Amino acid sequence: MSEFAVDLPVVWFTIRVAALAVLLLAPFGLGLALLLARRRFPGKVLLETLVSLPLVLPPVATGLLLLKFLGRRGPGGRAAQALFGMDVVFTWKAVVVAMMVMSLPLLVRTARVAFEEVNPRLEAVARTLGASEARVLSTVTLPLASRGIAAGLLLACARALGEFGATILVAGNIPGRTTTIATAIYNDVQTGLDGRAYGLLAVSAALAFGAIFLSEVWLKRRTNA
Amino acid sequence: MTLSLEGFRLPLTPFALELDAVLSAHVTAVFGPSGAGKTSLLEAVAGLRHPESGRIVLSGRVLDDAAAGVRVPPRQRAVGYVTQDDSLFPHLSVAGNLLYGAGRGLARKPPFAEERVVGVLGLSPLLDRRPSTLSGGERRRVALGRALLSAPEILLLDEPLSGLDRLLKERVLEHLLKVKAAFPLPILYVTHEATEVAALADEVMILESGRIAALGAPGEIFRDAAPASQA
Repeated sequence: MSEFAVDLPVVWFTIRVAALAVLLLAPFGLGLALLLARRRFPGKVLLETLVSLPLVLPPVATGLLLLKFLGRRGPGGRAAQALFGMDVVFTWKAVVVAMMVMSLPLLVRTARVAFEEVNPRLEAVARTLGASEARVLSTVTLPLASRGIAAGLLLACARALGEFGATILVAGNIPGRTTTIATAIYNDVQTGLDGRAYGLLAVSAALAFGAIFLSEVWLKRRTNA
Repeated sequence: MTLSLEGFRLPLTPFALELDAVLSAHVTAVFGPSGAGKTSLLEAVAGLRHPESGRIVLSGRVLDDAAAGVRVPPRQRAVGYVTQDDSLFPHLSVAGNLLYGAGRGLARKPPFAEERVVGVLGLSPLLDRRPSTLSGGERRRVALGRALLSAPEILLLDEPLSGLDRLLKERVLEHLLKVKAAFPLPILYVTHEATEVAALADEVMILESGRIAALGAPGEIFRDAAPASQA
C-alpha cells in the first residue's frame, strides 16, 4: 500500500466547484421550490417528475444526456459558444453543471417542504398590513422557511461534493483540471495509490458527515420550533 | 365612513354569498352560525378573495368591481384584518409584529400613535416577548394592535374572542370596548355569540347560508328574531 496522503489541490478544487454549483443553483432551485409549493399550474406533475429524475436515473445516464446537450453540437453547447465563446464539456464548468443537476432534486424537495409548512395565512395577513410581494417573501416566507432552506442547501452541497457518475461523462477525469475528490479516488485505486485514495476517503467522509449532521440538526430544530 | 356591498356575489360551497347592504355604523356585527359565510365576507373586504359579480366600496373608494375588472390588492386597501387564529408572526417579537404594518405610505389619514395603541391595549410589558410565550388573550390584543397601527380605514375582526376561556373573554372584550371608545374607526365584527353583539355592536347583520336574514339595531333584531340561530 502506498503512503497515506491527502491530495489537497483536489480537495480544494472540489470544494470550490461544489460551492459555486450550490451558489448558482440556490436562486433557481429555491424559486422552483416556491413555485411548486405555492402555485397550481398545468404540467406541474411533469415538472415535479423532471426535477426528481436525477435522483433515480443512473448518474452516468444523466451525464450522457448532459454530454449530448452541452457538447459542441448540442443546443446547450452551441448556446454557450455563441453567447460566451466558451466550451463547457471536459472543463471545470462541466463539473459545476453536473453537480448542479445532480443536487437540484435534494434542494428542491427539502426547500419545498419548508415552504409548504409556512402558513399562507401569515403571508395573506402581511399583505393586508401593506407588504409588497417582495417584502412578504423576505420578511415572512424566507425567514419562516430558513431552517429547511439551509438544510436543503447543505444536502445539495453534500451531493455536489460526492458527485461521480455524471461528472466523469461530461467533464472527464483530467488531473489538475476536472478531477474531483470522487474521480480522484477512482484514479488512485486504479493506479494502486491506495494511501492517497484513503486520504480522500477520510476527507469526503468528514465533509459528508458534517453536512448531513448539520442539516439534521437544523431540520429537527425547525420541527420543534 | 360607509362600506357598501352592491350586488355582491361570491360563490362558496354549498351556496353563494349574496349581499346588498350599506353599512355605516361604528361597529357592525356580522352574526350567524358557522358556515354562513362570515369569514368569507371579511376576506373579500380585505381583498384576499374577490366577488364574481358586484362591487365593494369603502367610503367612496371602489375596492372591487367585477364588471369593471377592478381588484385593489390587499396591501393597498387600508384594512386592519385580525384573523380568527390571530396570525402573529412567530419569528418576530411583539414589537416587531406591532410595527410590521406601521408606516405604510398609502394612508389617507395619519396613523394612530404607537404609544396610544400600546397604552389602550396594555401591551407595554409584552413588547420584547415572542408570540409563542403569550397567552391566548395577549395574542389577540397584539393582533388588534398590529392591525390598528397599520393605518387602517376599517377594522375587520374575525371572532376575536373565540377559543378563549370565560375570564379571558371578558378581559379581551374590555379591551375591544376601549378600542371602540378610543379610535374613531368603523369595525366589522364577525361573531356567533349574541352576548358580544349586545356588548359591542351598533348594528347587526344576520347572515344565514350566504344571505342577509336581517339588518338593523341589535335591540330590534334580537327582539324579533328567534334565538334559534344563537350558537
